[in-house]
Amino acid sequence: MDISEFYETFFEEAEELLGDMERHLLELDVDAPDSEQLNAIFRAAHSIKGGAGTFGFDVLQHTTHLLENLLDYTRHGELALRRDIVNTFLETKDMLHDQLDAYRQGTEPDPAAFERICQTLKQLALDEIGKKVDDDAPGASPSSTAAPAAASPAPAENASAGDDKSGAESRLSIALLGIAEKDRELLVEELANFGEVIERRGDVTRYEVLLETSTSSDDIEMVMCFIIEPDQLEIRAAGGPAAGGPAAGESAVSGDAQQQASAPASAPDASAQSADKPAKAESTTAASQPEAKAPAKPKPKAGASGESSIRVPVNKVDQIINLVGELIITQSMLDQTVSEMETTQGGALVTGMSLLQRNARDLQEAVMSIRMVPMDYVFSRFPRLVRDLAAKLDKDVELVTEGESTELDKSLTERIIDPLTHLVRNSLDHGIESPDKREAAGKSRTGRLTLSAQHQGGNILIEVIDDGAGLNREKLLAKAQSSGIQTSDSMSDDEVWQLIFAPGFSTADEVSDVSGRGVGMDVVKRNIQAMGGHVEIKSKMGQGTTTRIVLPLTLAILDGMSIRVGEEMFILPLGTVLESLQPRKEDLFAMAGDDVVMKVRDEYLPVVAVHQALDVAGANTEMTQCIAVIVQSEGRRYALLVDDLIGQQQVVVKNLETNYRKVPGVSAATILGDGSVALILDVTDLHRLSRTKREAQSARRQNTPAKEVEAS
Amino acid sequence: MTDLNAASAAAVEAHSREFLVFSLGDEEYAIDILKVQEIRGYENVTRIANAPDFIKGVTNLRGVIVPIVDLRIKFHLDNVEYGGQTVVIVVNVGDRVVGIVVDGVSDVMTLTPEQIKPAPEFGVTLSSDYLSGLGSLEDRMLVLVDIDKLLTSDEMALVDTVGA
Repeated sequence: MDISEFYETFFEEAEELLGDMERHLLELDVDAPDSEQLNAIFRAAHSIKGGAGTFGFDVLQHTTHLLENLLDYTRHGELALRRDIVNTFLETKDMLHDQLDAYRQGTEPDPAAFERICQTLKQLALDEIGKKVDDDAPGASPSSTAAPAAASPAPAENASAGDDKSGAESRLSIALLGIAEKDRELLVEELANFGEVIERRGDVTRYEVLLETSTSSDDIEMVMCFIIEPDQLEIRAAGGPAAGGPAAGESAVSGDAQQQASAPASAPDASAQSADKPAKAESTTAASQPEAKAPAKPKPKAGASGESSIRVPVNKVDQIINLVGELIITQSMLDQTVSEMETTQGGALVTGMSLLQRNARDLQEAVMSIRMVPMDYVFSRFPRLVRDLAAKLDKDVELVTEGESTELDKSLTERIIDPLTHLVRNSLDHGIESPDKREAAGKSRTGRLTLSAQHQGGNILIEVIDDGAGLNREKLLAKAQSSGIQTSDSMSDDEVWQLIFAPGFSTADEVSDVSGRGVGMDVVKRNIQAMGGHVEIKSKMGQGTTTRIVLPLTLAILDGMSIRVGEEMFILPLGTVLESLQPRKEDLFAMAGDDVVMKVRDEYLPVVAVHQALDVAGANTEMTQCIAVIVQSEGRRYALLVDDLIGQQQVVVKNLETNYRKVPGVSAATILGDGSVALILDVTDLHRLSRTKREAQSARRQNTPAKEVEAS
Repeated sequence: MTDLNAASAAAVEAHSREFLVFSLGDEEYAIDILKVQEIRGYENVTRIANAPDFIKGVTNLRGVIVPIVDLRIKFHLDNVEYGGQTVVIVVNVGDRVVGIVVDGVSDVMTLTPEQIKPAPEFGVTLSSDYLSGLGSLEDRMLVLVDIDKLLTSDEMALVDTVGA
């Protein structure tokens, strides 16, 4: 068995475990830590260490080992948690993440960073408990006297905490349940990596291996669970240790408080350091004994998540979505054929068709939902960010998240993270005031930042709400004027708020390294528009700001308006369409050159004819017989001339660039009910395209004035 | 002796390649059969604005949007007509799928290495860069087109060029 095949599994699971670890660390109440959470954090570290050890990721193993030791102290109440300790743990977690990434890319982690984090952790241990957390000389400490654990029904633990250098070898009886013969050999080989296989016997249902090893049964279990299900494995201590008791000498405490059950007598070691508080240690051990038993049979993530979900590459899902889209189109083609048939004998056929239609739609919906992930995927990264940032800015901020279970297309969740991060940073930096200022303004010292998500029709609303100072209208206007943006005092609040999306606009009095450089909000807006959404701001002086992002639920389906120009059909994204009307002659004004503007109520809008921009033959060229669709995109509004409006429909968006290339004026394509392809128009690009076309035309005309005269 | 014959036949088999032969006007062209995904009729092509004239547009190939290139226009042939007999060869080029319009598909030929002659330096419309050779078959001559090079070339305008 090539162990590298399991690397990817390990990386993914380790990443999940690190995520869990971070979440628990952030939720941890420093003054009264929940023992379940402490255990969960410890287990995460322990599992990663086990895996790292097997795969030979020494740096990762060593770092987790140190962290695990410290966590074990906290778990047993020997190390009182403080905010800075939690911070150190979080830093370590980040470091572990970096190391994991390095291994993933096939490189070794940065040794300097590794050295530094080891120093920090060792120093922490030395300062706080006066013990050395070193892994050079593990052994049992008085605190891990075997007495309580020996009474426990599962005295499986071995004290050496996965330290291979330990002299403390013990015999473990490992039973493999229901493993086929060919896999069994491989597993036994795998076990042989931990130590010496002394005896092996049994059959398919139960195969026992007697292993002499210095690795703890926990670690072996962790490693094996990367390969087989946890309920296929049973590990017991068997017989006496091969070597003598624990290494004498410095009574450095091993990571696990789990005991060397087989050698209780030799365990108590009266080293001066640890004798300092034997009484306390006794009592804590006794108190925490039920918990200590808890991880004896840990439920590794591998097994747990394996049952409730499967990992599938996104392209497989996309393929299914494609095929279902095809099915829908075929179904609607059939439907059309059936409805055109003389159906005297076709009663059953019609019933069957409507059943097929319903099933196909259900299937499509179900398949689309595969791509949907809860917003929690996005929100879960903010507690850490808010915590770190608030500490940096000396602000008290409470983060509230709502609607974490709201679902959104996976590709969108990945793209929303950056803009959302920017908005949260902005709220913390500019929005929420310092505690003193808040108190002076009659607000609670702790600011409140709310992230919420909810569905509304085919859209998702994501809001970033802070109860900070709010936007300052005067300041914004003054700033806009000084940066040369056109303003007027009569602008509505909404228009003023939109100013902050202008490129290079910043209202911060001074630039901090958090925000205020004026790059950002315009990028946020652009990113969100690129996803087919838009941003709105509501703000009230002294009460806070709400930034609302409205996004379509998925990029795969678009609400479109089908239009006809000449003999060709196009789709306009419905989100860009404001209204449509038939232009009257008196509303159309010719300008210099070929330009035409149209007066709609009190506004003059440029006119773009689709047939001109896209060279459609046979289109209606008489403007008053066309239909003008008023469209808006990226703040620009214009009238688009089309021959006819066909209707609204949902279309499946197909990328043109997969097999072809970007087409000017067109964002994508779709397949209509009759199986033909229709292009989806890009409203912003169409305007640009029509302008460059006209420029080219007039340039040509200027170059050949004589011919022009002749022709006319 | 029979063994030897079989062995040499196998060797020839191993080195000979199969080509799909198609006609453009009066000329016979051929492409590597392994590039061909399928052959279908010419129907339902949606025009793409502001594209070169030999790019007829895009069509729906079972849910995949595929561009259609008319090689007859590209090679400046006179009689370009579309009817029930017009054939589209769907080819896989790199990771792309492209349809090419030809006058007709005749047969599949196996050519041994000896039958493939190097293409001479000539050709204005069809640069010899895009040819993998000339196949001689008794009295027939097949122009072997390197369809990969041809369709991904800049002049075909099928692929976004970097930085464009």
